Amino acid sequence: MAAAESYPEDLRYHPEHDWARVDGDEAVLGITWFAADALGELVHFEPPTVGATIAKDQPYGEVESVKAVSDVIAPLSGEVLEVNATVVDAPETVNDDPYGNGWLVRIRLSDPSELEALLDLAAYQQVLADQ
Amino acid sequence: MAQTLQRTPLYDRHVALGARMVPFAGWEMPVQYAGVIPEHRAVRTDAGVFDVSHMGELEVEGPRALELLQSLLSNDLSRIEPGQAQYTLLTNERGGIIDDLIAYRLDGFRYLLVVNASNREAAFRWLKEREISGSDVRDVSDVYALLAVQGPRAIERLGLPRAPHNTFAMAEVDGVEVMINRTGYTGEDGCELMCMADDAGRLWDGVLARGVVPCGLGARDTLRLEVCFPLHGNDISPDTDPISAGLGWACKLEKEFTGAAELRRIKEDGPKRKLVAFVMEEPAIPRQGMPIEGGGEVTSGTHSPMLEVGIGMGYVPAPMASPDTELTIDVRGKPRRARVVKKPIYKRED
Repeated sequence: MAAAESYPEDLRYHPEHDWARVDGDEAVLGITWFAADALGELVHFEPPTVGATIAKDQPYGEVESVKAVSDVIAPLSGEVLEVNATVVDAPETVNDDPYGNGWLVRIRLSDPSELEALLDLAAYQQVLADQ
Repeated sequence: MAQTLQRTPLYDRHVALGARMVPFAGWEMPVQYAGVIPEHRAVRTDAGVFDVSHMGELEVEGPRALELLQSLLSNDLSRIEPGQAQYTLLTNERGGIIDDLIAYRLDGFRYLLVVNASNREAAFRWLKEREISGSDVRDVSDVYALLAVQGPRAIERLGLPRAPHNTFAMAEVDGVEVMINRTGYTGEDGCELMCMADDAGRLWDGVLARGVVPCGLGARDTLRLEVCFPLHGNDISPDTDPISAGLGWACKLEKEFTGAAELRRIKEDGPKRKLVAFVMEEPAIPRQGMPIEGGGEVTSGTHSPMLEVGIGMGYVPAPMASPDTELTIDVRGKPRRARVVKKPIYKRED
C-alpha cells in the first residue's frame, strides 16, 4: 500500500524532492513522498555501484514507474557505502515507506559543510507549496 | 505553444474520481486513477472500464461505400456481414500505415470506422478526398462516446449474453441505448460500448456501479503491449508497412487497394526488418526510441505488470527476428540483454 503523504521533521531536503538523514559523517538518502507519488508505483531502481562517488545536485541513479523514468539527484556529495537491496528487489518499497525501508543509498560525506545548503522541513514545504 | 485540449463528456467524473489527467492526442485524458498496476491487474483478473471517447468515428454511407472502402482499406471488407467488425489498415501509396482501425458493417450501405484519436483528421481527410459518387464520408466523432469494458468478468458484470468476437449488436445497458462491440485492445474478453455523447455519464455511472474498475490510458498501454497489439505512432506509422509489422494477416493482397502493389513486392522480397516482441533478461525497462544493437530500435517498452519484467516491441533486421535471439538494448548508455519472444508476450494460463 502506498504511504500517506508525510515529510519527517528530522530529515534535510533537496528541492529536487530528495531527502538525507545525516548521522555523523554518513547519510542515508532517498526520495520524498511527493517524488514517489508523482512517478506512481516504482518498478525499477537503477542504483549506483558501491564505492562510486556521487556529487551534490547531480544524478546518482534512476527510478522508474511503468510510465516514466526519473533521475535521482544527490542532496549531498560522498562515497556510496551501501545500496538498499530491498529497493532493488522490490522498488515499490519506496512508495510504501519512502523514509524507512524505502531508502536508496548510504554514503560517507565528502563535504559536511554542504549540509548547510539543504532545506529544513519548513523550507521544503514551501517548495512543495510553490509546485 | 499552448493548445486547448478537448475533453470527453466524462471529464468531470474522471477528476472527481481523483484521476491524473494528461494531454493525449489533443485530449485531456485520465492516465490513471488508483494506479497503472492495480488497474492493469483488474482487467486481467476481473473487469475494468476505459473512457475512449477521444477515439474518432467516421461513417461511410451509400451504395458505393463498400467499393470506396475496398479500394482504400487493406483487409477484405466484403467478407463481413452486417453485425460484424473487422480490423483493417488505411494505407498510403508506399504501403505505409495511415491508421489502423476497426470497420463495422452497420448494414448493406453503411459502415462505421473507429479510428485512433491522433489520426482522426488524417484518416477523415484521406477518405473524404477520395470519395466517389455514391459514397459519403462523415466525421461523427463528436456525436458518440465510447467506453471499453474489458476483462474476464466484463460481460458477466454488464449482464450481457455471450457473443462471438468481432460482432456487434444494439442493446440497452442500465437504461442507455448502446452499440455493443465485441472488440477491445487488452487481449481480454469484453466489449466496447458506444452511446450518444449525452448519455455517457449515465452509462459510466452504471458500469462503475456494477463493480467495474475505472482504468486510465496508462493501463491501456501496458495491457495492449503485453499482448503485442501495435500502437499507431509507436510501432506502426505512415513510414512503416504492415508486412514488416507482422500485420500481413490484415492485408488481402489478392485485391487492389492503395499501396497493395508495394506490399506485394515487400512480401515477395521478404521484409528487411521485422517488428519483434522481446523480454528483458536483465533488470531494465525498455523505452520507445532506445537503439537495439545491430541496427534496431525499440518502438514500445514498459514494465509488464503480469510478468514483472521489462517488455517491449521493436524493429530489428530480419535475421535477428526469430524467437530466442539475444538482443542488446542501449538503456541510456548501458547495454542490457533482452530475448526475442513469440507474440503475444503474455498469455493467460487457462
